[in-house]
Amino acid sequence: MFKTFRCILMRDLTLAMRRRTDVLTTLFFFIIVVSLFPLGVGTEKETLRHIAPGVVWVAALLASMLALERLFASDYLDGTLEQMLLTPQPLSVLVLGKIVAHWLLTGLPLVLIAPLVGLQYHLSGESIGVMMLALLIGTPVLSLIGAIGAALTLGLRGGGVLLSLLILPLYIPVLVYGSGAVAASAVTGSDLQAYFSLLIAFFLLALVFSPWATAAALRISVE
Amino acid sequence: MLEIVNLACSRGDRHLFTGLNFSLDTGSLLYVQGRNGSGKTTLLRTICGLFLQDEGDIRWNGENVRELSEEFTKEVVYLGHLNGIKSDLTGLENLQVSTVLDGDEVSEEQIWDALKRMGLAGFEDLPTKVLSQGQKRRVALARLLLNDSKLWILDEPFTALDVAAVDLLQSVIAEHVENGGMVILTTHQEVALTSGQIQQLQLGA
Repeated sequence: MFKTFRCILMRDLTLAMRRRTDVLTTLFFFIIVVSLFPLGVGTEKETLRHIAPGVVWVAALLASMLALERLFASDYLDGTLEQMLLTPQPLSVLVLGKIVAHWLLTGLPLVLIAPLVGLQYHLSGESIGVMMLALLIGTPVLSLIGAIGAALTLGLRGGGVLLSLLILPLYIPVLVYGSGAVAASAVTGSDLQAYFSLLIAFFLLALVFSPWATAAALRISVE
Repeated sequence: MLEIVNLACSRGDRHLFTGLNFSLDTGSLLYVQGRNGSGKTTLLRTICGLFLQDEGDIRWNGENVRELSEEFTKEVVYLGHLNGIKSDLTGLENLQVSTVLDGDEVSEEQIWDALKRMGLAGFEDLPTKVLSQGQKRRVALARLLLNDSKLWILDEPFTALDVAAVDLLQSVIAEHVENGGMVILTTHQEVALTSGQIQQLQLGA
């Protein structure tokens, strides 16, 4: 079973390496959205520091949303997805492999670029650390939840818009606690453990249910 | 043995077929014939589990295939209208992925041999997007050579193939039937079989 998981993971990573633009667009989208805010609201230090957690998280939400459509679409169009449904391997393992690859390609770059964004918003070193950690736990949740929506809207006309309507509301808890953690880190002496415990709880919950729900949704969509 | 009992399928409000019964023994081939839109592809997709029937049962050795699920999909290879290969991967990589997913232990050498037999010598290391339509089909068909599944379900396998490749595929199919395999296919070409049993099914008559 691990062999299957690794096979799908490597396949998707290889494909992405041969088509690098797809990966870079998500990252640049994130950077551009985040950079637009200082231009719009002004460069005053306090204001920027105040809005940073929300801006970064909303931009991360939108960036991961943007990448979701591609998660299953190309496999669906060239028929490799239906071949996956017909393999004797558990579909949820294949799906999990795809989600992990997707996160490595679209979620992880956001985590790594976060310090740069933090500097742009005059965040303290501690806040930047908290932001990276929160993104590290939070972005996999976005990929996991998003996969369900991507599977449900597969092959629909205008599926992209429907996908955002379906999935963005489900991202709210991650947004609230993710940006909450960053905001709280700016106040000295505040306890961050509760935020991280909740984010980890979301992550574990999504990890258990999402591959299974995505697999079920894919079976319906392919029919 | 594959048994189809009282099968009915529809797409939207349109009934494609109802009360379909047939069975397929080891070492036999079934031609599914019918005009366009008579439900050939739907029947094939229903048998391999990509489409849900309205009524009826599909049984493999007496057991319902929905309950067998992964035990049954291990026995089936399906080749549809889509080749099911990634255009950014080479023929070799495509087959490596599909054999791992099919759960077959296949060495890289065997994959090279299969591609060579399909007439793709010299093209193994090229991304399949630079191959012609017929060559892509050959990559997809090479899966048949690397598989130990019993039941082959082939939807128009001869499209885009040249005369030599059609002959080759016919001999591959005949070989599989002789070795006790089963084949269900839709096509407009007759396959010359030397042994084994040939059945015909007319849809939409």
